Amino acid sequence: MIVFNEVSKQYDGVKALADFSLDIEGGEFVFLVGPSGAGKSTLLKLIIREELPTEGSLFVDGEEVSKIPSSGVPHLRRKVGTIFQDFKLLPQRTVFENVSFPLEILGLPDDEIEKTTDEILRLVDLNSKAANFPDQLSGGELQRTAIARAMVLRPEIILADEPTGNLDSGSAWEVMQLLAKLNSLGTTVVMATHNVDISSSLPHRKLELQRGRLVRDTKQKTKGASKKEKEK
Amino acid sequence: MIKFPRLIKVAIQRIFRNPSNALAAVLVMFSAFFICGAFVLVTVASGALLHYFESRPEVTAFLKDNTTGDQVKKIQQTLSDSGVVSKTKYVSKEEALRIYKERNKNEPLLTQFVTSDILPASIEVSTYKLADLSKVAEVLKKESSVEEVVFEKDIVNTLTKWSNTIRLVGIGVVIFLLLTSFLITLIVIGLNISIHKDEIEIMRLVGATSWYIRTPFILEGVFYGVFSGLVAAMLLFSFFLWASPTLHRTFAGIDILPSAPLIFIYLLLGEFLIGATIGIIGSFVATRKYLSS
Repeated sequence: MIVFNEVSKQYDGVKALADFSLDIEGGEFVFLVGPSGAGKSTLLKLIIREELPTEGSLFVDGEEVSKIPSSGVPHLRRKVGTIFQDFKLLPQRTVFENVSFPLEILGLPDDEIEKTTDEILRLVDLNSKAANFPDQLSGGELQRTAIARAMVLRPEIILADEPTGNLDSGSAWEVMQLLAKLNSLGTTVVMATHNVDISSSLPHRKLELQRGRLVRDTKQKTKGASKKEKEK
Repeated sequence: MIKFPRLIKVAIQRIFRNPSNALAAVLVMFSAFFICGAFVLVTVASGALLHYFESRPEVTAFLKDNTTGDQVKKIQQTLSDSGVVSKTKYVSKEEALRIYKERNKNEPLLTQFVTSDILPASIEVSTYKLADLSKVAEVLKKESSVEEVVFEKDIVNTLTKWSNTIRLVGIGVVIFLLLTSFLITLIVIGLNISIHKDEIEIMRLVGATSWYIRTPFILEGVFYGVFSGLVAAMLLFSFFLWASPTLHRTFAGIDILPSAPLIFIYLLLGEFLIGATIGIIGSFVATRKYLSS
């Protein structure tokens, strides 16, 4: 599903990622762990082509990311849902409007947008907050809104960049349960985190990065549901 | 497929959420369109005025009271033989009175005591070329039955000079103002883009295409242009209606804005079109400049 082939990324001569090779299969749940500046966010940015690799090649769902034309980048980003530590919600839109925004971009009919958004809001238990604005929500609710927006297009991959970083432990575990639920439905989840409690207490594969290099890969592949299983 | 009504809604929301920006853009563009429109009208009017003097008998010879019909025919024959005269017209004392009364029909005091006796008969002479006017005037001055020669060449020359100056200054001012409008659109849209920087970043991250992000800004630019053009054309028309009686009095008998309502419709359409074009190009350049970074 995601393949890094000797990928390097440099910023002004400083290597954020160095000769990085990795293969993440469909349906996996992978933790990216390591200190600040280890290259976790860079790795996620490369996947959604917010950044381009300096060297090497990166494939997402069989497509070489750096060879996707600019016009194709929005399609890649619709295939990969992203969750951010700072939520990145539109402050002047309600929860419903934030979640439905990716559907709006696709130009879907209003009734279909309403139906899909309602379903997703129920899944993240936010249907009662649909009309609220982001500044009326708690940290956990904000992150659940962001998760709902990331999954509304039913992407095959979800990238989560420190999704629990700004949350109390209770909310953090709620978010983890939600991500686990998505993974159990067959979605590939790649989550960057500082939170050792969370990463060490769950049996998922862990990739440890230090100074842009992969120093440990537990290879504990705990697929919630591979595509084949899902088809069955 | 992009849902256009949604993008229009977004554009309208952005305009109303930053009213000071919108007002600045509309005011600058309105001023530009108003002044441009005024120059267009003055150019058309000066052209009409020039055409009026060029197409009228430029030399008028007022005849002595005792001039006979044979003398008039002889003068007309002499002029016709010169080969430079396109038309001659004899205006009798009675005809002169009729024209005088027609021109002053709204001023009964001016017509009450006037009779044909006090008005001179005249010969109005048109030439093919303005340059031949002096020649014809000299011929007429030599005729013994001619009392006075009124020669309009100076008026035409002065008008031509003015008309050309207005046209040149007008073109310069129009170019300057349109360029200013373009730059103001660019700045206002650029400001709006920077205000919505976070929103744009989020849109990109969730997979919005460049056109989805760009279209509301372009619609915003089109709105500024079209609205400013509309207000400017309407105000110019109102001003024309208000000044019409004065203009009619000042330029009695001269249609300085031929088919006036039609000219304003053309002006409105022109300002719409130019406004929309400036809006589109200005916002397109702004989005290219600011969204690519």
